Amino acid sequence: MHDLAQQIVSGLAQGSIFASLALALVLIYRAMGIVNFAQGELAMFTTYIAWQLTQMGLPIWLAFGVTVVVAFAGGVALERIVIRPVERANQLTVVIVSLGLFISINGLAGWFWGYIVKAFPTPFPTTPLQIFGVAFSAQDVGVIVVSVITLGLISLFFQKTKLGLAMRAAALYPEQSRVLGIRVGWMLALGWGLASAVGAISGIMIAPVVFLDPNMMQSVLVYAFAAAVLGGIESPIGAVVGGLVLGVAINLIGTYVEWIGNDLRLAAALAIIVIVLVVRPAGLFGRVAVQRV
Amino acid sequence: MTPTVRRKAAVGIFAAAFALAVTGSTIAPVSAETGVTDTEILLGGTHPYSGPASAYGNIGKGIAAYFSYVNDHGGVNGRKIKYIDKDDGYSPPQAVQIVHQLVEQDKVFAIFDTLGTAVNTAIRPYLNQQGVPQMFVATGASTWGHDYQKFPWTIGWQPDYQSEAILYAQDILLNHPNAKVAVLYQNDDYGEDYNAGLKRGLAKHLSMIVKMASYETSDPSVGSQIATLKASGADTFMIFATPKFAIQAMVLAAQQSWHPTIYLNNVSAAVPFMLAAAKAGGQSAVSGVISTAYLKDPANHARYAGDAGMKWYNEIMTKYLPAADKDDGNYFYGVSIGYTMVDVLKRAGKDLTRKKVMDIATNLVEKDNPLAYPGVTIRTSPSFRYPITQMIAAKWLGTDWSPTGVLVDTRAMTMAEK
Amino acid sequence: MPRPSAGLLVRVGIAVAVIAVLPWVVPSFLVFDLIYVASYAIAILGLIILTGMNGQISLGHGAFMALGGYVVAVLAHSAGVPYWVGVPLAAIASGVAGLFIGLVALRLAGVYLALATFSLAVATPSFLKHYKSITGGFDGMSLQPVQAPAGIPLEGQHWLYYVAWAVTGVVFLLSALLVRGQFGRALRALRDNPIAAVSFGVNPYFYKTAAFGWSAVLAGIAGGFYAIPTAFVSPDTFTSALSITLLIGAVLGGISTFWGALVGGIVVEFLPLVAQQVNAAAPSVVYGVALILVMMFLPDGIVGSLLRLIHRFRRAPPQPALESSTPPPAPVAVAPQSRE
Repeated sequence: MHDLAQQIVSGLAQGSIFASLALALVLIYRAMGIVNFAQGELAMFTTYIAWQLTQMGLPIWLAFGVTVVVAFAGGVALERIVIRPVERANQLTVVIVSLGLFISINGLAGWFWGYIVKAFPTPFPTTPLQIFGVAFSAQDVGVIVVSVITLGLISLFFQKTKLGLAMRAAALYPEQSRVLGIRVGWMLALGWGLASAVGAISGIMIAPVVFLDPNMMQSVLVYAFAAAVLGGIESPIGAVVGGLVLGVAINLIGTYVEWIGNDLRLAAALAIIVIVLVVRPAGLFGRVAVQRV
Repeated sequence: MTPTVRRKAAVGIFAAAFALAVTGSTIAPVSAETGVTDTEILLGGTHPYSGPASAYGNIGKGIAAYFSYVNDHGGVNGRKIKYIDKDDGYSPPQAVQIVHQLVEQDKVFAIFDTLGTAVNTAIRPYLNQQGVPQMFVATGASTWGHDYQKFPWTIGWQPDYQSEAILYAQDILLNHPNAKVAVLYQNDDYGEDYNAGLKRGLAKHLSMIVKMASYETSDPSVGSQIATLKASGADTFMIFATPKFAIQAMVLAAQQSWHPTIYLNNVSAAVPFMLAAAKAGGQSAVSGVISTAYLKDPANHARYAGDAGMKWYNEIMTKYLPAADKDDGNYFYGVSIGYTMVDVLKRAGKDLTRKKVMDIATNLVEKDNPLAYPGVTIRTSPSFRYPITQMIAAKWLGTDWSPTGVLVDTRAMTMAEK
Repeated sequence: MPRPSAGLLVRVGIAVAVIAVLPWVVPSFLVFDLIYVASYAIAILGLIILTGMNGQISLGHGAFMALGGYVVAVLAHSAGVPYWVGVPLAAIASGVAGLFIGLVALRLAGVYLALATFSLAVATPSFLKHYKSITGGFDGMSLQPVQAPAGIPLEGQHWLYYVAWAVTGVVFLLSALLVRGQFGRALRALRDNPIAAVSFGVNPYFYKTAAFGWSAVLAGIAGGFYAIPTAFVSPDTFTSALSITLLIGAVLGGISTFWGALVGGIVVEFLPLVAQQVNAAAPSVVYGVALILVMMFLPDGIVGSLLRLIHRFRRAPPQPALESSTPPPAPVAVAPQSRE
């Protein structure tokens, strides 16, 4: 029973990693209708920036703040420079651009900082905690808490602020929004900025656990993608719930289902998601878009 | 001809020309042996410079730096070495294509330090069939030494993983005879080789292994595996993992309040990794960890402060790779293996042939590799093709590795593998 | 069935001539690389039919290549089955798998389909490693190099080149026959306006599954021609990166025409090598930037943009330089795809 509890807790900790990146994926999808393959690499790159700042002497929370701002600006710039020329092209073109970003940002990080694994300072205390014999770290709890707070802030932003409303309008009804005076192009840029900022938060939360190297986000990206889709690709809540559920499911399946074992855990998790999608094509929290003919 | 047809023809010709343009430079050797001219020896190799295994690309860069050093100091019997080193993305088909080009187009003398078991397995039949030496491959799989009769043009270099695991097994039998052993291993040939070695080393005491858990390189974290291994009640923990996962394993074990005796494979035992684990998991995560070494550790500044070999390495790095992180063991490995290659070439003298070089490589006694752990002799014979078989066990105490015991030669165990 | 135009026959004739002559004018290692170009072209053609014509995005066709490659390898390695038997069997096996996946895909579209197919690609190495008694696990399997049959005075490698490109020609022809006429129209109709198509009596289940199955057949054959020149298969050979590469090839080549598959195959084979020439220290940066630049300047892919250029050239009437004051009429607009 104790082991089960430990596996669940480990699963939640891992799942919160997926959840935080899934949030960023959902933000871009809501803004643009595509999955941004480069999201993980952007998060990794901004995490390296944070690392560099701590190496230069900044305390971790300050580095965190500065990095989030830099990430936001970087995301906006990236959208204006790289994405804007292909905004109007078909979705596949944009997907390829995001793949191009993925590949080049990964290479850039390796070039600048090398591939040797680095420790990343954790913003949380390192003493391990124990509740009823189940061990976890303050880091694990911290990631979940930060993800939930981020989720809350984003939801508030989209639901309650004029800017958030304008962004949602620009994504769903670009032509009509233009007529209303909304600068659709800049809304898109803002979407990228937000997603980058969320990605940076995700990376900084994840790095102390998985350790910093240029490839640290690649495995997370697959799971985050799966989590986002499971939760409903347009739902931020879905992203977080999907991530946590996925994290726990993977751990439990891998540990307790003998014939699957460790090496087929990912395959099993993905199979489950596909099954869920076949039954509920819009994911757990998604809404099916009804088209008028 | 319509404009469209002309255009299509142009595209076709352009495509062919484009393809030709990627072939790179060609050296036309004029002396008897391929890849050797009066002034130059041409070597070829592939490393991952893109994709998930890119960290190992630094081995190739270390080799390049060392070769530049050699060229600036008289070369090899008057000839300079040119090393054509390309990115294979750790993909066997890509490596095969590049090696074909190196052999048929660039006409290299030998292939040197190709990296990865799958890559080397894929190119081995072709190279042996062409009679091109496949020198000092950068992997610890046992097949290079084991299958030499079928593939006489191939030779490895580093201690093979099985022998390293046997060493750990012997240490367990000697010092912890009642241990309950848990194993974390990477789910590929690397991890499997270690497992095979451990099982052979434990022999009749196989039942000491109470639980094994694997991970994929695509797993973000090994928390679940650690929980499973802890739950087995084991008091000894073998970590057969690459650095990122090894660090995670040590940290998570400490966080889950599990403090077994830890044996760590040497790839992940470099000082920066231990310090990273200590920082994230506290001292209890790393104290008493046991590992082995066959090379000096460039990141261990305290121990090797006055060491001539280390000083020499640092000078080479400063001069030829000034922006690189000298602590990265991959560069160090590259310089070290490059030293052996140049040693073999020098011994072959002015009259350089492929056969001669293979003969020397399989009858080698190299005692003066400046980067090998003190006392390690690189030694081969025609029927024993494991150049490095000596390792020293060490324990992590506080902030450094402390050698325990003496240099052990696993030659006898390795021979028993055949 | 409409007869092929004279222009098309000439173009194909030139392509065939170039392919036939190349091994005698280019270095032998390039002949070797061109075998891989054939393999990519076949697989990418599958994507052009499935994604370009039928609108079903797949990030998982590397999995079908893996299936094809391993069928050929396992049969050859364990049962001595010759390659010319193994490859058709691989095609059938992949086709069946493709039909099955296609059935599952019926319920999914857009990003959900992308994830489902990507999951397939990501899970493939795990499956290959898991069933090690059949696949040889991570040690992989070595294969015999190809020899020309007795009586044919060609090196093994050259023989394989001609066989690979002959097969490429055959599958291109078969695919062209398949998508000319009703089948192709149905695929396109289901992509552009599924509701209208269904109300006109087009059976989406049949056509969409068939498109998936056929594209998988192509990928399976491609997998065989990927494994045979390498003379080795391993789980590392068929990672998710391969599936991504296929999609990149399709889009860069031009997802709307068969010629795009050919160009796409050339690009994904040689672009990494060119990237290394430009910057050996960080070839990925060059490769990634190249992808972005091509998409910015040639958003319809190389062939697609070329075709647009040709149309624009043809549409504009000849203008006397000084007399007219009106600008030439706008080129035919290509409607941007709306978000699904």
